[in-house]
Amino acid sequence: MTEAEPEQDAGSYRSLWRLRSFVRPYSRQMLFMLACAALAVAASTLIPLVLEAVIDGPIRHGDRAALVPMFLAALGLGLLEAGLIVARRQVQSVAVLKIEREIRDGLYTRLQELPVEFHDRWQTGQLLSRTTTDLGTIRRFLGFGAIFFIVDGLQYIAVMALLIVTYPPLGVISVLTTLPVIFLAKRFGASYSRISRQLQDQQGDLATLTEEAATGMRVVKSFGRGPLMQERFGSSARVLRGSALDMVRLRARFWGWLTLIPNITMAAAVLVGGIAVAHGSLSVGALVAFTTLLVLVQFPIIDLGWILSMAKEAATAADRVCEIFDAPLTVRDRPGAVALPSAKGRLAFEHVGFTFPGTRAAVLRDVNLVIEPGETVAIVGLTGSGKSTLVSLTTRLYDVTAGRITLDGRDIRDLEIESLRRHVAMVFEEPVLFSMSVRENLVLGRSEACDDEIEEALEMAQAGFVRDLPWDLDTRIGEQGLSLSGGQRQRLALARAVVARPSVLVLDDPLSALDVSTEALVEESLARVLPTMTGLLVVHRPSTVALADRVALLQEGTLVAAGTHHELMNRPDYAAVLSVERDTTTTAS
Amino acid sequence: MSTVESWHGIAAEEVEEIPLAWTGLLRRRTRHLLGSLGAPHRRALIGVATAVLLSNLAATAIPYLVGIGIDIGIPAVRRGDYVPIAAIASAIVACALLQALLYRVFVAGSGRVGQEILLELRERVFAHFQQLSLAFHEHYTTGRMIARLTSDLESINEMFALGLDTLVNAVLSIVGVGVVLLVLDLPLGLVCLSGFVPLWFLTRWYQRESSAAYRNNRTAMARVIVQFTESLRGIRAVHAFRRQARNDEIFGQLSEGYRLSMSRSFKLLGVYWPGIVLIGNLTTAAVLLYGGVRVIDGAMQVGVLASFVLYLRRFFEPLAEVSQFYDSFQAAAAGFEKLAGVLDERPGVPMPAHGAPPPAGGWRGRVDFNNVRFGYRDGIDVLSGFDLHIPAGQTVALLGATGAGKSTVARLLARFYDPLDGEVAIDAVPLTDLAETELHRAVAMVTQESFVFSGTIAENIAFGSPGASQSEIEAAAKAVGLDSFAESLEGGYDSDVGKQGSRLSAGQRQLIALARAFLADPAVLILDEASSSLDAPMERQVQSALATVLSGRTALIIAHRLSTVEIADRVLVLAAGRIVEDGPPGELLAQRSGHYASLYEAWRESLL
Repeated sequence: MTEAEPEQDAGSYRSLWRLRSFVRPYSRQMLFMLACAALAVAASTLIPLVLEAVIDGPIRHGDRAALVPMFLAALGLGLLEAGLIVARRQVQSVAVLKIEREIRDGLYTRLQELPVEFHDRWQTGQLLSRTTTDLGTIRRFLGFGAIFFIVDGLQYIAVMALLIVTYPPLGVISVLTTLPVIFLAKRFGASYSRISRQLQDQQGDLATLTEEAATGMRVVKSFGRGPLMQERFGSSARVLRGSALDMVRLRARFWGWLTLIPNITMAAAVLVGGIAVAHGSLSVGALVAFTTLLVLVQFPIIDLGWILSMAKEAATAADRVCEIFDAPLTVRDRPGAVALPSAKGRLAFEHVGFTFPGTRAAVLRDVNLVIEPGETVAIVGLTGSGKSTLVSLTTRLYDVTAGRITLDGRDIRDLEIESLRRHVAMVFEEPVLFSMSVRENLVLGRSEACDDEIEEALEMAQAGFVRDLPWDLDTRIGEQGLSLSGGQRQRLALARAVVARPSVLVLDDPLSALDVSTEALVEESLARVLPTMTGLLVVHRPSTVALADRVALLQEGTLVAAGTHHELMNRPDYAAVLSVERDTTTTAS
Repeated sequence: MSTVESWHGIAAEEVEEIPLAWTGLLRRRTRHLLGSLGAPHRRALIGVATAVLLSNLAATAIPYLVGIGIDIGIPAVRRGDYVPIAAIASAIVACALLQALLYRVFVAGSGRVGQEILLELRERVFAHFQQLSLAFHEHYTTGRMIARLTSDLESINEMFALGLDTLVNAVLSIVGVGVVLLVLDLPLGLVCLSGFVPLWFLTRWYQRESSAAYRNNRTAMARVIVQFTESLRGIRAVHAFRRQARNDEIFGQLSEGYRLSMSRSFKLLGVYWPGIVLIGNLTTAAVLLYGGVRVIDGAMQVGVLASFVLYLRRFFEPLAEVSQFYDSFQAAAAGFEKLAGVLDERPGVPMPAHGAPPPAGGWRGRVDFNNVRFGYRDGIDVLSGFDLHIPAGQTVALLGATGAGKSTVARLLARFYDPLDGEVAIDAVPLTDLAETELHRAVAMVTQESFVFSGTIAENIAFGSPGASQSEIEAAAKAVGLDSFAESLEGGYDSDVGKQGSRLSAGQRQLIALARAFLADPAVLILDEASSSLDAPMERQVQSALATVLSGRTALIIAHRLSTVEIADRVLVLAAGRIVEDGPPGELLAQRSGHYASLYEAWRESLL
């Protein structure tokens, strides 16, 4: 699926580099870690030199006493190396994890800001894998790959310099024979980028399937379609395995080459160096030292394999993370947006049109409607006529694509979103409750609400069942808590909107799951509450229409009539939408 | 609660610190899982081990060849004979090629085995989740299921990707070098090996501490995932009620919890790893001192001492690498442990693999509840001593206030749960005797949460009926009145419904769910508030479709709107888990003071 996308950008380090703002506050710690790593490598390199000194000094002279300082030197270097590793790891365990956390929190904040339209398109599983797996990849690169890339690079350069100094011809040969590593890194790097991006996307797809199987579990079970989900998951998992195997094979080839190169250099050293020794231009001791040094450079070269794969994986992971940071905040505060301290609640739709991004057909066209403060208007229309879309424009879940909506005469896009949403509260057709206490769920829109207000709202919404929950208002509900029936959820969602004390209350068919007698009670109390605010209702049933002062009839995305229920009853299209039951009676009997 | 027996399934999920007696069982369970996953790959693993063994041999030969080159090759060149040195250089190249090739075989082979095991584990866990009952899922929650199948499996993948070759390589070189050390000089060799004593204690300590730490990591990560998925799934409510700031705060706390937990495991490794390095360095220093003395005393050759120190590096360096592998192993083990816990959970509603056959002549649809007792929580029965008999072909409407037990009856009939006592049977076959496919040929349910899968409209309608033809799909859509909408779309029935139906209205989703049930064509159809979001004309259309679809079929309908009831042959009114009224609607209506009569009255009034 990545094939179609521009390839040259995939896996370039641009995205990774962009994340530096998260790293910058920890640059001192990062430098400290780098210094510790470099010094530890130096210390461990020095230990064999002590051996040389022991052999050339005390042992040759049979001097027991001189052994002690050498022993202490080795001991000191050994302690130093271990100490440096401890220091680096301690800093790493704070700094790198803090960086990871900050990126993760930043992503979550951003995802919450992104408009509903973004979430309609993006699968939760994809977003999740970016927030978990990808960030882990980036963290590992920062804490390890980046540091050892530099340390290994320094070690390579130092050793090569030493080699050239020791015997220039052989040094040059060593440099030349190890240079193909750069070419290999380039060649394999491109494939690494492609496959690692593919792998990460497929991991996201698999997470998406998992999420869907988990949320749709009831439907899957009621049709006994577990095998189908299993098959979908299995085939997706096999695709993922395919890419993982591509990665394994690539890694095997690359790592194979990397282990080969230093050994070839060794062969060249033996051949050229041996001949040089024979001709007297090099001493045996120097050749031995030379080969020992070559062994030292073997590790940085082999390390390059996993460092490069780590870097490439981190680069593509950063691409995926930056895609979220880059997604446009289409619904945001305009510059100069004002807060509205209080609202009278005059809501006006002026030539409002709406088209979903990426589609051509308009869902709403030229909608004009004014709702005066205190007035309640019901929107009536057939399934798919655009009712829910229309009301969701009022809190800017989506922005209008034509015309404007005003609150107290101001375009709602000129208001701070925070302020707009304080004044306009919404109840959705499908109530969303979070896994929190009942209280927390209720005060979502106004955290300062007091118990009396909660009490009042519960009574209004006929949600007295809360009192029978094991821990009353403190009972945890939602997915991780007690499960409630559809009707109970709807009543809590209604109570939540009332607790928010909005100027405008938007109800999107909020009583569909209530039984008739509860519905009647809720409607009775709504009738008391609604005159104190502006009301906009989406309605399916005649009884709810009675709550409204006026009714607007929506047909194929535009308002075709508005007036009182009785005025509209004469219109056949209006009557057809509402007066079901009489018809049913005749068909059934 | 604190017995070893009660340590079962996911009870461990929320336990932070695990008493020692339990860790043994956990590890046994994990070991068992690992064994069953690895067994089919035994031959491949042997092949891979052989490759890495030979590759190591080839690698070890190279320094030896370098020595020969110096001792034999150089004198030959001095005599003007270039053949030996060229031969030795070629031999080094040959060894290098062999080593690289075998290493490649090893990396590819072990990687393949790792991926096969991972795939097997993924599919096994997913299948197991599918089998577990809804009661389990309601308790376990989707977020944690996602965490298990994503981040826990990922930790195992990382182990395979990062560490396996380090481990094998290290073990080989440690064993090899250990033997060489003892052969070279026994007393000095023993000094070297004595380093293993502190190493053993250090490793024990690390193992104990880190397995607790990694277990915490998995739990902390699962919490992050739960909060993440929940808030993104409810994003509309998050926006509408300005929940962002509070959510940021909660997420911040959870992600800080994960950071602290990770930090602890990092710090443990930050002691363990340098600890190994330190032991290695101390041993080297000791060898230097003791070996130096022995050389000076003439008990040992200088060359032997030199080889000792060089070999020591090849001894402790891989050990330090193993410590890092061990770290990823502990992370994976914590993941394994969680997965083993899930796999150990027994399905609450077990389906026999080969169930009872359908009755001769196919399902007719007689439903019997015999003396059924059921409750969701201990001690609180929703139904008890419940009897209900529905003759084949009858349409029954189930009425009653919220909490009366209507949905419970429906769920028991769909076998989302099993009764605590008594039995539920269709055509005298207890539901518990039926295999999954047969059960759903007999009964299907449509709920008010009409879930729509990502995919096309046609795919969603055909969800319950594999192999349905396009015309059958269209007929089902037509029956519920979805046809005009579907045909108005650019792609018709093949139009994508967006992420879990986000492009559809609630009413359209319900129509899809209904069409899905009609197409599945079960002997018994259950509709639980299946038309609550439909507008009036749609509902009317669904009513008339139901009248056709339900003729001759057994149906159980739960609806608040009594329009649905009018097509029923029989009405049951439930109150507090018992049937308080039972009879044809007309008859019940005649009992003026009855529940149904008053409900009906209220409903008529609500119409205008």
